[in-house]
Amino acid sequence: MNRLPGWDKHSYGYHGDDGHSFCSSGTGQPYGPTFTTGDVIGCCVNLINNTCFYTKNGHSLGIAFTDLPTNLYPTVGLQTPGEIVDANFGQQPFVFDIEDYMREWRAKIQGTIKRFPIGDRLGEWQAMLQNMVSSYLVHHGYCATATAFARVTETTIQEEQTSIKNRQRIQKLVLAGRVGEAIEATQQLYPGLLEHNPNLLFLLMCRQFVEMVNGTDSEVRCFSARSPKSQDSYPASPSLSPRHCSSNSHIHSTGKCSSRQGADSPSCSNGVTSTRSKQSHSKYPALTSSSSSSSSSSPSSANYSESNSTDSTKSQQHSSTSNQETSDSEMEMEAEHYPNGVLENSSTRIMNGTYKQEEILQTDESSMGQSPLQGCQIKRPVLLGGWASVCSGLGGSRWGEGLGEQLCREYGKNTTHKKMLQDAFSLLAYSDPWNCPVGQQLDPIQREPVCAALNSAIL
Amino acid sequence: MACVLETPLRMSVLSEVTASSRHYVDRLYDPDPQKVLQGVMLLYLLQQETSSTELRTECAVVLGSLAMGTENNVKSLLDCHIIPALLQGLLSPELKFIEACLRCLRTIFTSPVTPEELLYADATVIPHLMALLSRSRYTQEYICQIFSHCCKLRHWHSCGFKSSPQPLLCANGPDHQTILFNHGAVQNIAHLLSSTSYKVRMQALKCFSVLAFENPQVSMTLVNVLVDGELLPQIFVKMLQRDKPIEMQLTSAKCLTYMCRAGAIRTDDNCIILKTLPTLVRMCNKERLLEERVEGAETLAYLIETDVELQRIASITDHLIAMLSDYFKYPSSVSAITDIKRLDHDLKHAHELRQAAFKLYASLGANDEDIRKKIIETENMMDRIVNGLSESSIKVRLSAVRCLHSLSRSVQQLRTSFQDHAVWKPLMKVLQNAPDEVLVVASSTLCNLLLEFSPSKEPILESGAIELLCSLTQSENLALRVNGIWALMNMAFQAEQKIKADILRGLSTEQLFQLLSDSDVNVLMKTLGLLRNLLSTRPHIDQIMSTHGKQIMQAVTLILEGEHNIEVKEQTLCILANIADGTTAKELIMTNDDILQKIKYYMSHSNAKLQLAAMFCISNLIWNEEEGSQERQDKLRDIGIVDILHKLSQSSDPNLCDKAKTALQQYLA
Repeated sequence: MNRLPGWDKHSYGYHGDDGHSFCSSGTGQPYGPTFTTGDVIGCCVNLINNTCFYTKNGHSLGIAFTDLPTNLYPTVGLQTPGEIVDANFGQQPFVFDIEDYMREWRAKIQGTIKRFPIGDRLGEWQAMLQNMVSSYLVHHGYCATATAFARVTETTIQEEQTSIKNRQRIQKLVLAGRVGEAIEATQQLYPGLLEHNPNLLFLLMCRQFVEMVNGTDSEVRCFSARSPKSQDSYPASPSLSPRHCSSNSHIHSTGKCSSRQGADSPSCSNGVTSTRSKQSHSKYPALTSSSSSSSSSSPSSANYSESNSTDSTKSQQHSSTSNQETSDSEMEMEAEHYPNGVLENSSTRIMNGTYKQEEILQTDESSMGQSPLQGCQIKRPVLLGGWASVCSGLGGSRWGEGLGEQLCREYGKNTTHKKMLQDAFSLLAYSDPWNCPVGQQLDPIQREPVCAALNSAIL
Repeated sequence: MACVLETPLRMSVLSEVTASSRHYVDRLYDPDPQKVLQGVMLLYLLQQETSSTELRTECAVVLGSLAMGTENNVKSLLDCHIIPALLQGLLSPELKFIEACLRCLRTIFTSPVTPEELLYADATVIPHLMALLSRSRYTQEYICQIFSHCCKLRHWHSCGFKSSPQPLLCANGPDHQTILFNHGAVQNIAHLLSSTSYKVRMQALKCFSVLAFENPQVSMTLVNVLVDGELLPQIFVKMLQRDKPIEMQLTSAKCLTYMCRAGAIRTDDNCIILKTLPTLVRMCNKERLLEERVEGAETLAYLIETDVELQRIASITDHLIAMLSDYFKYPSSVSAITDIKRLDHDLKHAHELRQAAFKLYASLGANDEDIRKKIIETENMMDRIVNGLSESSIKVRLSAVRCLHSLSRSVQQLRTSFQDHAVWKPLMKVLQNAPDEVLVVASSTLCNLLLEFSPSKEPILESGAIELLCSLTQSENLALRVNGIWALMNMAFQAEQKIKADILRGLSTEQLFQLLSDSDVNVLMKTLGLLRNLLSTRPHIDQIMSTHGKQIMQAVTLILEGEHNIEVKEQTLCILANIADGTTAKELIMTNDDILQKIKYYMSHSNAKLQLAAMFCISNLIWNEEEGSQERQDKLRDIGIVDILHKLSQSSDPNLCDKAKTALQQYLA
């Protein structure tokens, strides 16, 4: 903080004493005139071509820097005690006509679009447009529309129908916040994809964690009816569709309804539930171990089930296999939030368990009298769901970090991952995650980039 | 041909063919007289009142197509008196026919071979055209275009490629701007600026740029014109917006520039410093077309020419000085090999670019020493100027000299870069047999290079500058006379005896007298200055006065008796004071009672400067230590000088008072 802008790395400056520009270096380049008391100096960073120019009293001094990084912050360096600087971020009109400058760029870009060369494809507008529409429909998995479109325009679709449908289903899972299921499905349908894409996997898992806090990953169907947060989630969850069910049950052929839930819903995706409860014992340790060294074959669904499972035997089993630290914290968590655990366990993957849920929620409401958000009737269920997830969340933190570490080892330090992880875990620090500084992660809109990334990877 | 003319249908086919095929048009206009007849036939048909309007319209269209051909086509059409015929056609009630005639007229008047005067030959034409402005968007477009091309006499750089510098005033009658203005051009055209047609807006804008150029009357009117509730300058500023077409930005910047230079807009107005100037700088950018860069630089040079603040702003805007250095990089080395079309284009514009850059450098460096320094520090600047001085293109030579002249105002540069690059050599070369316009600037530059502290002074003298400068003083061109005598004056300052003698010999006494009776006060002042410089140091004074004493005394008397301003008289009295400083030359004054009376008169003049100058004469005459001082003192006392000295010693002016007291002391000693 005691060095002038431009002298240090990733810092750029224009100095008034000599009129030189400093581009991350202690030695400046002759740039413009000197400036002093009373002068108005402006700085414009052009994010289109990553250049910067300064102005003096409204006169542009010309480009000072090119190839600038994107995340720059305005800085003013003062050397003399008692100096005063007025900063104007646009609250008053600028001396330099920045509007006019932007007009030029708008016109420039519009011109580029208008003049975009068509070349040989001239005259094939029809085909080009059809192709554009068709590929859009296919990309986003609008299977029926794409087929109808292909039929009418007498074109063909490259991708197979089932593949489109599969993608569509996975996308819907992600968009509904049910990332765990999406990961599972992806692994079933596109084996090896996530293994070869650890970054994508990491992204998905982080999202999954966020969804757990949100309460959507585990309880989406239970809460969607009442929770304002979950209401935002995409309707018509694909898992409700019979096709999905069948495919799901096909995938989880080993799955059987757990004793508690099975009777309730024969048509629902109990398979998932059963899979979870069944496999979790074997899978979870595998994942935790992945944090230590070996890479798990399929960590995704395991995490999911593990995090939701509060069955003491399970966790005990788990803790026995995992390293001491993990088990410790896990135990703590579970002890603390045991009531939630009950709720969660019972609500997990129950299609028809709504009434049950209600019941539990009510009991929970009373039992959790001290909850800071008690006053908020509407939010409570959501919070509970979130709370429940938090419980399992810590468990998740282990695998998340573990995977992060693994990725670090494999690809070197990745600041993006670190940031992602940090943001996700920050949710745990707040009593009301939706109204916290990192709360925007919980917004269902945030599922879209994840969904797009997964879809692109599959394609 | 006869068969072609049979039906209007065929005619329209022909017009399409001609418009699309330049080749065919050129062949139509063959030196073969047989073929020229075709045009005559068309004209005949056009003028026949009995022909159907359709046929006449087609005739006008075909003639317009013919005019699109080479300059020879236009010349032949002019020889057939096409213009009166077409102007006659404008009286028709048929709009279609009028439009066709106007389109053809537009094509003919935009050709460089057509004399603009033809539009003004018939006084009824302009009012009629003004009336037609309301008929349709086509009449508006064509008429504006005709006006802006027929108002060019006073335009020195409106169109960088066609016109060369022109004399500032037309020879006879009111100039075209005034004629158009008097017929209400401003009011009639102003509302076209809000037309929905881009072409109409653009042509109207061009028209205003032409009308306002160096015309205070038009410019002052323009600033107050309202269009749709907005003042015209505001409309021009809107047209400067960066997303408007470049042509529009450039032309409206020209309008504002011309209005500013004509005194209608202040140079510190925001629309000039924050809008017009930056727009023009942007026109100099590499991204612009070569033509636009030339026009931008020329217009900017004109805008900032006389205002140091604008020069300072321009010099820091968008690295303009460095940007101009790109103007010298054409044709670029790559284009030669890769793209022959590009090379051709580059070559065509290379001269224009260079001269424009020199012009702008000249304006930038006109007043501010720091800017001059920045310009000279630009890569290869001096080499470029030196090369520019010997270029074949007169335009480039002229602006290179201008640039050199501007930079030569710097004492430091005269002593350093100018000396390092021996710029005097190519400059002396430029001065040989150059046209007047080059000579004017080149001799001005020479004046600066001949200043006493300039190291170039010696070599310039040796290369025969005296002769050259003496011949300049005989020029018809006033500016050349001033520069010639000015340079000689500088040359004579503290010069050795030989140079002074050379100057006197080269100039001849007759020429000296000629110059002393010159109608221009500047020439007179510089000639007196030359005399004063010649008459310095005692031996030189005596020497010169012994040979030219009689004539010089005559001249001095003449001027002191004549109707001249204070400065001239002061300068003359100073010459007398110098003469009085000589040893033998003193006698020329002492024996001339007439002169002594004049000195006495000026000692009591109401102007202190003249009093002081006269006092110098007296002091020099009565100075004690010199031979014969006693006699001179006595004589001067006899004519009443001492009384005046006493009076002056009581003067409130400290200079005068001091001087008088010192003089009185000479008497006491």
